[in-house]
Amino acid sequence: MTFRIDKLGVLIVVLAIYGVLSPFATLKANRIVPGEGFDILEALPGGFGRLMLLAVVGGAAMALLRREALWRLLSASVVLAALFACVGLAAAYLTPADNSYARVSPASGFWILLFTFSLLATDGISRMNPRPSVRLLFLALAIGIVSVILLSGLWTDLSVMKEYAARADVFWTEASRHLLLALGSLIAAAVVGLPIGIFCERVPALRSAVLNTLNLVQTIPSIALFGIMIAPLGWIAANVPGAYAIGVRGIGVAPAFVALFLYSLLPIVANTVAGLSGVPRQAREAARGLGMTSAQRLIRVEFPLALPVILTGIRIVLVQNIGLATIAALIGGGGFGTFVFQGLGQTATDLVLLGALPTVALAFASAVVLDALIDMNAVAPPRKDTR
Amino acid sequence: MIEIDHVSKVYDGKTVVDDISLTIEPHTIAVIVGTSGSGKTTLLRMINRLVELDAGMVRLDGEDNRTIPGYELRRRIGYAIQGHGLFPHRTVAENIATVPRLNGWDRRRTTEKVRELLSLFQLDPDAFGPRYPHELSGGEQQRVGVARALAAEPNVLLMDEPFGALDPIIRAKAQDDLLAIQKHFGTTIILVTHDMNEAFHLADKIAVMDGGRLLQFGPPDELVRRPATGFVEAMVGAGDRPFRLLSMRRVADAAEAGEASGPALAASMNQQDALAELMWSGRPAAPVVSADGTMTGRVTLDALLKRARGAP
Repeated sequence: MTFRIDKLGVLIVVLAIYGVLSPFATLKANRIVPGEGFDILEALPGGFGRLMLLAVVGGAAMALLRREALWRLLSASVVLAALFACVGLAAAYLTPADNSYARVSPASGFWILLFTFSLLATDGISRMNPRPSVRLLFLALAIGIVSVILLSGLWTDLSVMKEYAARADVFWTEASRHLLLALGSLIAAAVVGLPIGIFCERVPALRSAVLNTLNLVQTIPSIALFGIMIAPLGWIAANVPGAYAIGVRGIGVAPAFVALFLYSLLPIVANTVAGLSGVPRQAREAARGLGMTSAQRLIRVEFPLALPVILTGIRIVLVQNIGLATIAALIGGGGFGTFVFQGLGQTATDLVLLGALPTVALAFASAVVLDALIDMNAVAPPRKDTR
Repeated sequence: MIEIDHVSKVYDGKTVVDDISLTIEPHTIAVIVGTSGSGKTTLLRMINRLVELDAGMVRLDGEDNRTIPGYELRRRIGYAIQGHGLFPHRTVAENIATVPRLNGWDRRRTTEKVRELLSLFQLDPDAFGPRYPHELSGGEQQRVGVARALAAEPNVLLMDEPFGALDPIIRAKAQDDLLAIQKHFGTTIILVTHDMNEAFHLADKIAVMDGGRLLQFGPPDELVRRPATGFVEAMVGAGDRPFRLLSMRRVADAAEAGEASGPALAASMNQQDALAELMWSGRPAAPVVSADGTMTGRVTLDALLKRARGAP
């Protein structure tokens, strides 16, 4: 066993020290005033503070001294579990018994430690180089643990959960609206973008024209694009028969959906073109020489070989859309952005978090799922190579 | 029988294939040689209509090759290219099954054919069938490429520099395998190469092309004895002529009655190798032994030298 100092471990130790010295939880008199910070020992009852510190010290030591992937993942998991448990305990401990206005939120120390040990866990997982199916399993496990914590009521006293409790119905409506915007526009863009990409690859003259136009769309700032949509869609809603009936409006879901759709087109078309261009010339030539029709060549040879690159485009679009859909709230499109902008308006940080945290989690989860899909479809699966 | 009848192809005003006619007998190997840009690949690709001809006609067993759609024609004609062109996302077995699947064979017949071909190419079906092309060596990939071309039992096999990417030792082995396979199936093979040694090794008849024109089409020894033009003579290689003649004949053809000392030579050995052996061992003659192990006479240095000068 060698005890060589690990470079990432040094970063983790520095971050952990900084995290421990920063306040762990904040107590506010009500949901909008600035609060008072408590460090780990003050925020937690009895021996829990010392246990939490011990976990952080142990985890940081592991990061510094042990390079085995499994040890790094395990120690990171222990610290993360302790963090999740302690932040709930701190909320229960710090909230005054008879004060329903007081709010307890995780403070900078908690977020720094969360980031630090998530980094260690990610490093552990990437060192294990797990197969795509195993990565999906890890994701499912993480979702399961967070769900159990949420259902157990451990976090009930946290401010962000109080914000949720006050808006439970709206939260799920906005969540489905958010998914509809992000996924729906992605599916629409794939349905339109794949044929355009295939067409562009076959007709080189069209390629640069189409790609440049889509590039131009991509450079329009999102808020501007939402604004630009208002006039033409409003006109369509007012003048095209039936348009209003199917939900076309100047503001609301329709312009948000159209804007996200337009943003999605470039990555999908560009990656379809790139993927198809990357198909080995000899494989195409052989497919033709063996008697495949044009459609058979596309479906059996070219498309499967281009799929990993196309999926990469879809991954970009999905993560981008989940983030951009937040802004749709500005024009009444709904989604998690509703809470973000309400929170900003009320200077209620925890309401902002109620919108931001699920958005981040959603983007992260879809990135993991699509990365796994891409690897599953790769022609030569990346293998552990010691050379 | 493949009849190429006054065929021409013009690209952007440049005649790439210029009024070529030649007839390839069934169950033979015809090799088209020429420098790059001679139009040999274009001529080959006009047979299965990967390139459409501008004038003339190609007939397969008397039938114009334009009477059926191109893709259907290509399913009936085997096609193997340089660097094999295997589909990287399909296993070896799936690659070989490509044309049988296009032809709608049932699963059982396809599987049996794939196993038969893999065994024939000395690849263990259970070990190689489920592998992906990138897991094979260059020689193995090339064999799978030829096996795929033969999967639907075509009467005709077109090969475009099939051994071009192989190193010399593996290439010699692949050429011998091809001769064995051709004997096994009786396939008519048309092969394009720029390697004259390969042409002499494989061909029943060689077609020499230059600048889109056919300069000579005939058996290898005719090319050596009576080259039609200076270009053909240069392609054959003036300095190699005696050895080319010897390389086309077997020791059995030069054997005579008599005795000789030293290790025996096989009757099936080619005369060029026999000459080399006699020169190396410093013997004037060597005994000849047939495949069943009986001594059939001897072969002398004089007899070989006489044949190297073109004697029958």
